[in-house]
Amino acid sequence: MKDRATTAGANALEDWNRPPVFETEGEGELLEVSMGPHHPSTHGVFRMDVVLDGERVIKLKPVFGYLHRNHEQIAQGASYLAAMPYTDRLDYFCSLTNNWAYALAVEKLVGQAVPERAEYIRVITAELTRVQNHASAIGFLIQEMGASGTPLMYAFREREKILDLFESLTGSRMMCNYMRFGGCRVDPSPAWFEATRKVVAGLPKFVDEFEALLSANEILMARTQGVGILRSELAVNAGVTGPMLRGSGVNYDIRKVDHYGIYDRFKFRVPLGEQGDVFDRYMVRILEMRESVGILEQALKEVPAGPIMDPKAKIRGFRPKPGEAYGRIEAPKGELGFYLISDGGPNPYRYRVRPPSLINLTVLEDMCLGQNVADVVLIFGSVDIVLGEVDR
Amino acid sequence: MVGTLDQIFVLLKHWIVGLLPPVLQPVVGVLLSVVAIIATFPALFALTTVIERKGLGRIQNRIGPNRTGPLGILQPVADGIKSLTKEDIVPLNADAAVHFLAPLVLVVAVFLEFAVLPMGRNMVLVDMDAGLLFFFAIGASTELSIFMAGWSSRNKYSLLGAMRAVAQMISYEVPLLISSVAVVMITGSLSLVKIVDAQNQYTWGLPHWYIFTPWGCAAFVMYAVAATAETNRSPFDLPEGESELVAGYFTEYSGFKFALFFLGEYLGMFAISGLGTALFLGGWSAPFSFLQFVPSWIWFFGKVMLSICVMIWVRGTLPRMRQDQLMNFAWKFVIPFTLLNLVNVVVWRFMGEGWARWIVCSAIVVVAYVAMARIGMRSKKIAPRSYRYAE
Amino acid sequence: MLGEGILKGLAETAKNFAGSFVSKERLTTVEYPEERIAPVEAARVFPFLIYDGSDWEKGMRCVACQICEKECPPKCIYIEKSKDKKPDFVGKPQIYPAKFDIDISVCMSCQICVEVCPFEAIKMDNEFELATDDRFGGLLLDRKQLAKPNEYYHKIHPTEAAAVDAKLAEEKAKAEAKAKADAAAKAKTAADAAAKAASAPKTPEGGTGTPTSEATKPPEPAAKSTPKTEGGD
Repeated sequence: MKDRATTAGANALEDWNRPPVFETEGEGELLEVSMGPHHPSTHGVFRMDVVLDGERVIKLKPVFGYLHRNHEQIAQGASYLAAMPYTDRLDYFCSLTNNWAYALAVEKLVGQAVPERAEYIRVITAELTRVQNHASAIGFLIQEMGASGTPLMYAFREREKILDLFESLTGSRMMCNYMRFGGCRVDPSPAWFEATRKVVAGLPKFVDEFEALLSANEILMARTQGVGILRSELAVNAGVTGPMLRGSGVNYDIRKVDHYGIYDRFKFRVPLGEQGDVFDRYMVRILEMRESVGILEQALKEVPAGPIMDPKAKIRGFRPKPGEAYGRIEAPKGELGFYLISDGGPNPYRYRVRPPSLINLTVLEDMCLGQNVADVVLIFGSVDIVLGEVDR
Repeated sequence: MVGTLDQIFVLLKHWIVGLLPPVLQPVVGVLLSVVAIIATFPALFALTTVIERKGLGRIQNRIGPNRTGPLGILQPVADGIKSLTKEDIVPLNADAAVHFLAPLVLVVAVFLEFAVLPMGRNMVLVDMDAGLLFFFAIGASTELSIFMAGWSSRNKYSLLGAMRAVAQMISYEVPLLISSVAVVMITGSLSLVKIVDAQNQYTWGLPHWYIFTPWGCAAFVMYAVAATAETNRSPFDLPEGESELVAGYFTEYSGFKFALFFLGEYLGMFAISGLGTALFLGGWSAPFSFLQFVPSWIWFFGKVMLSICVMIWVRGTLPRMRQDQLMNFAWKFVIPFTLLNLVNVVVWRFMGEGWARWIVCSAIVVVAYVAMARIGMRSKKIAPRSYRYAE
Repeated sequence: MLGEGILKGLAETAKNFAGSFVSKERLTTVEYPEERIAPVEAARVFPFLIYDGSDWEKGMRCVACQICEKECPPKCIYIEKSKDKKPDFVGKPQIYPAKFDIDISVCMSCQICVEVCPFEAIKMDNEFELATDDRFGGLLLDRKQLAKPNEYYHKIHPTEAAAVDAKLAEEKAKAEAKAKADAAAKAKTAADAAAKAASAPKTPEGGTGTPTSEATKPPEPAAKSTPKTEGGD
């Protein structure tokens, strides 16, 4: 099967005008289609070059980079503190977990301790982020299935409440810029805790309603069960993490593996799927939402008083000693890691982000082979990517 | 209780026709009815677009359009102006004549369907003996227009979309017809006027609508499913889904022709709802005998709008089915169930009056439904699952 | 697989449909611009410069130390120090920013400039309706557009402003106390020296200045006394 790219040359214009067809040796015509980057359901600017045989997918090549913003290079040119607001914009749905991952990496680099109150606040904000991210991810998945946006609107209704909490705490709904090396920037007031308790009290009912609308729906089950199966060996070998990995049945949650923060103090379970299809990933996200609500309820009961930031921590003039550190957390989309190499100067020598969305995307083709083309969009939605993270 | 209000349109027509010389009277009479239909249903279409958008909005916890006129009533005017002033793009390779004719064929065919619907007492345009047959014959030609649209665009994706749409519509014609045949078997006539008249009787104040019988209820549900699929509405709207790869048969249409397709689709919804109302919901008859003072045309249009609202409700709730699942559903569940329902009708007819036939027929319906659901949909191993937790 | 899931879903949407007419919880639309959501106290949009008193030039707290310019991640602040010194709110001659431009099309509202400013001179505003169609200078705010009074800061961020005022007052008091103690100490040493000199042969003195002039030296503005170093607020 000749790739059209290898025959480009003097007749470039004719090549461009020719309808896209892969020439095969005696197999009949295959149809090459490019989905995106302008497409209603690609979660951003993302392109998939799909080769179809009738309705089945033969080849799929993801093309991204449309949102590349040089994040790592900027962070290597700016100070450690100045890179923090840029991490908000990586996975722009979950800015607080991005902040935490970066702060964790830097704290590992310099050996900085974090006061207890700050740890509790970090857990609370991270779990709130996880709830709203999973709700939106499910909403977008169902929207692509054609439910005219109803579950999406319900998910966003709850997300608004959580974003209001973030705004009253950090000053901004999405670009929170809240964690610092050694704690958090702002101390929440008792009024904020009251508001959070109210929102968290309303979350179980929301998850119940969401499930009532969706989980037993026969059409949803018919469209998602058996579709886009990801085998657990492939997932582990490809480095897939997060709900995708757990949907395939692999028990790997960094909160339980690394014991970072104070997650050991909370009781929560890790839901696992069986078959690794789209339905499993969807259900794992719903169950994780419930577990996050459990963690939130426990954490909100026990927040201690104390300083919100380590008094000995430096903000300006921050020059870590030469060394390297890798800090990772269980972000809502997978394992988000920051790898920092310091050479003693005010900027990092090397700043590298391990984006979970990108690594999870590497198995997209394997999941889509042999599937119906109408399911490609669903499978893609179940990976739950954000282009800001994929392209950085 | 044949009040003046009930017959007001008929009396109006007779009065106008009476003003004219006898040689013109038949033609003008028919023309007046035609004009009335052409005026009413597009107005209803405009109202339906607003209701749909606001209804979907309310389901999704938001207000629908509310800036164009009070409560957004003038939104269809804005949409109409937008469609009319858009550039009419015809692809260079397209077959121009067919491309032009496709929306026209759709609209004309759909308007023809309204000719046999009894919209009130004595308010049917043409009282045909085989009205139901005429309706389905014309309804099949709407599929022709969809294929014309896909074919003339000379666009591989449009053609694929058109073929899928036609396949879907042909598959769902069968349950539509068989459910109607159940009604015909009981009434003994293909004429819609007679079918509605047969339902316009009351026992203890309750009407004899066919939906209140076990076989009628089953037939109505299958008719509703088939009607939703015929008109390409959610959850069967894969041919026109926005997030699907294949963009649909009307990709190459813009401006007014697109608006005509839209109009044709919605009018098709009205026509099929009108037929369903006539067949199962008693047409223009009132739900209780003491409510017969309300004019009959109000009942008819009320029931049609109720059906439309249910379609909008279903659209806001259910995700889309995939093409092969759709076809599976039609051939492996809906058609066998409707065929079993015909057996049910026979049992009903030959058991004679009394409580026994209610029990037997209801039992047949329930058993058939469960059996077809288990057998027909079993192959895919689709079931709710339970999940384990780690550790 | 009998269709109950679909019916449950339909019931759910019907509940939301009916609920949207009766409860605010199920109809969350805020019809902007007729209705607006009240701004949250902590909200931050773009920075502004604070001045005390009523003269924005004289009362501006900014002393053009350029720390915010250095720390700003997207480098949207452009400061030029003045060549001369102008008297500030308390009368002391200060360097002031001859130019202080913030390009709000570049600013990403990260609030780092606020955190690192040692003089509480730059704070975050919450005005967001700043759209303009002048694409060459409309979004480049100069120091006159950025200057807003302390009362405005109290209006938009009351608790923060109260805390800042308290801190400034405390620093001022500390500085005054320190200056008084210094003056007293200096006066004491001068008095001792004068006493010593009085008991010793009189020699013309210069340079030491009279105790009175020391004591009446105006106290240093509180803002300059303790630059904010690091760590928590």
